[in-house]
Amino acid sequence: MTSAMSAGVAAASHPVGRPIVNIAIFAFFVTVTLVIAIRVAGTNKTTADYYAGGRVFSGRQNGIAIGGDYLSAASFLGIAGAIALYGYDGFLYSIGFLVAWLVVLLLVAEPLRNTGRYTMADVLYFRFREKPVRAAAAISTLTVSSFYLLAQMAAAGGLVNLLLGVTTSGGQDLTIAVVGLLMIFYVLVGGMRGTTWVQIVKAIILTAGAAVTTCWVLAKTGFDVSGLLRHAAAASPAGSAVLGPGLEYGANTVSKLDFISLSLALVLGTAGLPHVLTRLYTVPDAIAARRSVIWAVWLVGLFYLFTLVLGFGAMWLVGAKRIEAAPGKADSAVPLLAYHLGGTLLLGVVAAVAFATILAVVAGLTITASASFAHDVYAGLLRSGDVEPGQEIRVARITAIVVGLIAVAGGTLAKNIDVAFLVALAFAVAASANLPSIVFSLFWPRFTSRGALWSIYGGLISAVALIIFSPVVSGQTNPASGAALSVITDPRIDFAFFPLNNPGIVSIPLAFFLGWLGSITDRRAGDAARFARVQVCALSGIGAERSGPATDTAVAAASAKVTGDPEGGRHDQQRDRGSADIFHAARPGGAEHHPLLGRPADEPG
Amino acid sequence: MSVTHSGRESGSGYEVVQASREFRTLRRRFARFAVPATVFFLGWYFLFVIVAAFAPGFMRIKVVGEINIGLCFGLLQFVSTFTITMLYARWARRNIDPVAERLRQRAERGRRR
Repeated sequence: MTSAMSAGVAAASHPVGRPIVNIAIFAFFVTVTLVIAIRVAGTNKTTADYYAGGRVFSGRQNGIAIGGDYLSAASFLGIAGAIALYGYDGFLYSIGFLVAWLVVLLLVAEPLRNTGRYTMADVLYFRFREKPVRAAAAISTLTVSSFYLLAQMAAAGGLVNLLLGVTTSGGQDLTIAVVGLLMIFYVLVGGMRGTTWVQIVKAIILTAGAAVTTCWVLAKTGFDVSGLLRHAAAASPAGSAVLGPGLEYGANTVSKLDFISLSLALVLGTAGLPHVLTRLYTVPDAIAARRSVIWAVWLVGLFYLFTLVLGFGAMWLVGAKRIEAAPGKADSAVPLLAYHLGGTLLLGVVAAVAFATILAVVAGLTITASASFAHDVYAGLLRSGDVEPGQEIRVARITAIVVGLIAVAGGTLAKNIDVAFLVALAFAVAASANLPSIVFSLFWPRFTSRGALWSIYGGLISAVALIIFSPVVSGQTNPASGAALSVITDPRIDFAFFPLNNPGIVSIPLAFFLGWLGSITDRRAGDAARFARVQVCALSGIGAERSGPATDTAVAAASAKVTGDPEGGRHDQQRDRGSADIFHAARPGGAEHHPLLGRPADEPG
Repeated sequence: MSVTHSGRESGSGYEVVQASREFRTLRRRFARFAVPATVFFLGWYFLFVIVAAFAPGFMRIKVVGEINIGLCFGLLQFVSTFTITMLYARWARRNIDPVAERLRQRAERGRRR
């Protein structure tokens, strides 16, 4: 999507609509969501409360919240904008984003819910019980979350620029800082429960808003889709070429390969996105996790059908020229369309929804990153599990503040980069660093911890390195205008020896290959007993972490009885008394307990 | 069912379950849906991607009005995703959930003994 990348500071222009109205609607949405977050937050005393919302959400609630997490600014603004500018090639994004959910549904969701507790690294730790593996998974979680955060913050900057008429660089930085502070507040006050409810509310408003706007566009052509396409093609400078593939990616073999690379990253990335995977822990069991994904598939699929109409609608009614000229470029297509259709008020609503989207997604990412740091790095690695839940939550909160500040700093730097494009990079890193090790550890008996390390670090380093040495970062100019299209705008600096914008086609197969190679050359064969545990737990749910807000005291009593763990695993839980964390009690391992122990209180009520 | 076997080694109980007939049924049923479905949807998706990249002319052939093969092919990806999702939901509810539930209950009974 390089041609959609803007470089340098966007040209100053007049805001669309009336800034006062926009600000008022913004403020209204922010207030409503804050009240929700505070009202539902509860106490957040235990780690299960703070990280997983007490695991009390139903499949439907969580499915809508997953939709809320997934339908980020990149989906709402980015995809519709890409369709408005490139027609069919923008549509390709949404197909990849949707089909990707089948990977989650069929291979990842239920086994992950059964074998993990709070973070993605839990699953790998459950299989290997080794700190280096946990560290690797935590590092890749934090990296992917950072990429995704950057994309959201960049979107916030562009949007505010468009709507509030803030065109000075300092003013935009200030608004990005406000977004960051609000988000930190949501996370600190609401924890996972508050964040989830904000996602649910946001997803419903977003889908409803998109549905209304879609009907509005279709009504203009008498619900004639063919007519809409005809109008759109007539309005586009590229003519009917926009209705078929190739406008953005069809130029030559390299751009076609780039497109295949992007498609690979999109379809395999979702199942490696930490903030999506963490959501699966907020439900009581694997069946609810499956229901969550089914709801998410329908919501996301429906939404992408709307964006198809919105994108072609913007191409027709707003026109590529005005979109290109607006600050934020492609990302401004939908707000401009809303303004064209419903004037200041609809623009304000759409913009506020987009703004709420950014806030909610950023909050979800922050809580995931802070959980990974506090749970995996601080409690799991630095303190070897010897930590009170209160202390762990305190660390998570401090991490949330730090992550928020880093996101603000990154957002001010990345505010001119196209959002859909940044998100695609996050998907590539997720698909390379996370997915291979998750799939191998759940399904492959021969997988070893060395294979996991090779796969995670190999995928992570190759994906990030290829991005750094790609035209995204340096050396790309617009052949027509000579304007720089890379992050480094100085055309003299050019170290792009990797020709593709998206690294997926190299880094994803490489990560799978390294996982395989690292395992088969490992002298220590895969441990059959551990794999048995993973497989039995993943498929049947025996020994899986169950929900139960009222199990605190029972767990404390049960944990106290557990005297030892022959495998040395889950050692942290013994000291985690008083938390709703029933993992240890539900896990086998204590000498006094049967290996298949699952306490009666753990059964879903 | 031998899951009532008591062992000190943490993994051993799981190995007993893993070897049990019931668990093998569960695993087979899971694989019987997940593997072919995954092969199908990935193949179908990449067929679409490759045709879009290397045969754009084919995608531009009009079907009805301005609606061309490319758009239909893309929308069929939506249809196949929804269909596989619902088929899996039904398959899991009928063929996987009852077996998993029975296994969990047996493990639970074994523990109480």
